[in-house]
Amino acid sequence: MEKKSITININGSPRTGEVEDRLLLVHFIRDDCALTGTHIGCDSTHCGACTVLLDGTAVKSCTVLAVQADGREVATIEGMEGEALHPLQEGFFEEHGLQCGFCTPGMIMSAKHLLDNNPKPSEEEIRCGISGNLCRCTGYQNIVKSVQYASNKLQSSESAGGK
Amino acid sequence: MIPGAFDYHSPKTLDEAINLLNDLGEDAKILAGGHSLLPMMKWRLAEPAHLVDISRLSDLDYIKEENGFLCLGAMVTESGLENSELIAEKYPILKDTSEVIADPLVRNLASIGGNIAHGDPANDHPATMLALNAIVVVCGPNGSKREINIDEFFLGPLWTALGENEILTEIKIPMPKQQSGGCYIKLERKVGDYAIAASAVTLDFENGKCSSSGIALTNVGPTPVRAKDAQDVLIGTDVSNEVIEQASNLAAEASQPVGDHRGSEEYKRGVVKTLTGRAILKAKNRAMGGN
Repeated sequence: MEKKSITININGSPRTGEVEDRLLLVHFIRDDCALTGTHIGCDSTHCGACTVLLDGTAVKSCTVLAVQADGREVATIEGMEGEALHPLQEGFFEEHGLQCGFCTPGMIMSAKHLLDNNPKPSEEEIRCGISGNLCRCTGYQNIVKSVQYASNKLQSSESAGGK
Repeated sequence: MIPGAFDYHSPKTLDEAINLLNDLGEDAKILAGGHSLLPMMKWRLAEPAHLVDISRLSDLDYIKEENGFLCLGAMVTESGLENSELIAEKYPILKDTSEVIADPLVRNLASIGGNIAHGDPANDHPATMLALNAIVVVCGPNGSKREINIDEFFLGPLWTALGENEILTEIKIPMPKQQSGGCYIKLERKVGDYAIAASAVTLDFENGKCSSSGIALTNVGPTPVRAKDAQDVLIGTDVSNEVIEQASNLAAEASQPVGDHRGSEEYKRGVVKTLTGRAILKAKNRAMGGN
């Protein structure tokens, strides 16, 4: 099988690779780009540990081919931090939204998608929004609080910015 | 888990995609949202030599009303259905259905065309489409196009009337009459699981009497099951609680569940009965202008 040359813009940087058609996006991100923040959990489209944003939409990168992402934008956990932690990262820190941390990168990327589309979600909407991400430690309570923390922080910084 | 090796094709147009299918024959599979096919390939339950990716054909992504039909392009995602105002307002049964499929992340990529073309009786749209009397639009080589009545579409588990060199391009659903309502209710063990059972119901009323109805069931047979006797018993009645009870029993009789880790045959028939009763009541309420 001939390899294909692909370029995926990951966290704002173009990443080019020669890949087999069957290479999964999560393997390209982790193995070819050495961005190991995106985790592989169940490897079967259930757990959401591998969640990334593809053109702004949260997807399970174990169920997308790298060639499908050719020419598109991918955002991973490594791209969340700017000059300071992203409000979601800060929220997980402040509200103890993680214990072992394995699900956290996927959880945060799902929550990012949720808040991008619904800046002030209800508790039920948050629980629904993260229902494709499994956490075996926290019982979800503190994850919900972490997302609420981020929602509030983003709201207040927006109003402080005069928008 | 890594799928077996294959060649990936990303056609720019529908014609190009159909030509590829025609040339590659049975070794090729269509990749739409990929959320049924890629997991099967990772388990090596499917090992196609070629994948023809239609997910970039943006002209297959539309939701519009035209000539008396709601027309859904095959690449409309489940999220797209969930977030459509037209669907929420006029076709709540479709919103009911899409929002219980898998989980939100899967729904961001999974397509309505794939959900139907996969031919899995555990998938949710097939029963809903039976209840809605949908028409499946299929395109083939040399510009050929045919419409398949949904009752003739599902032939067996993972087996449909779709030819090897054809692509499901659109679903057509007759626009609702003046007084009509529909509802889909699913029981699942947890988010992301297939239905233990689910029931799709549509009702039309004229002068206070039920003039037509559609009832179909998910994951209780080798194909989605149309509960014809249950439909018929509602016609000409005001869909009272007694009639709903009768229809629910008939739906349970029409189901062909197999006992498995989701429950025994008897339990699943009970679930079909309960869900069908609830779905009829909700469809009736919606037809009367409620939620």
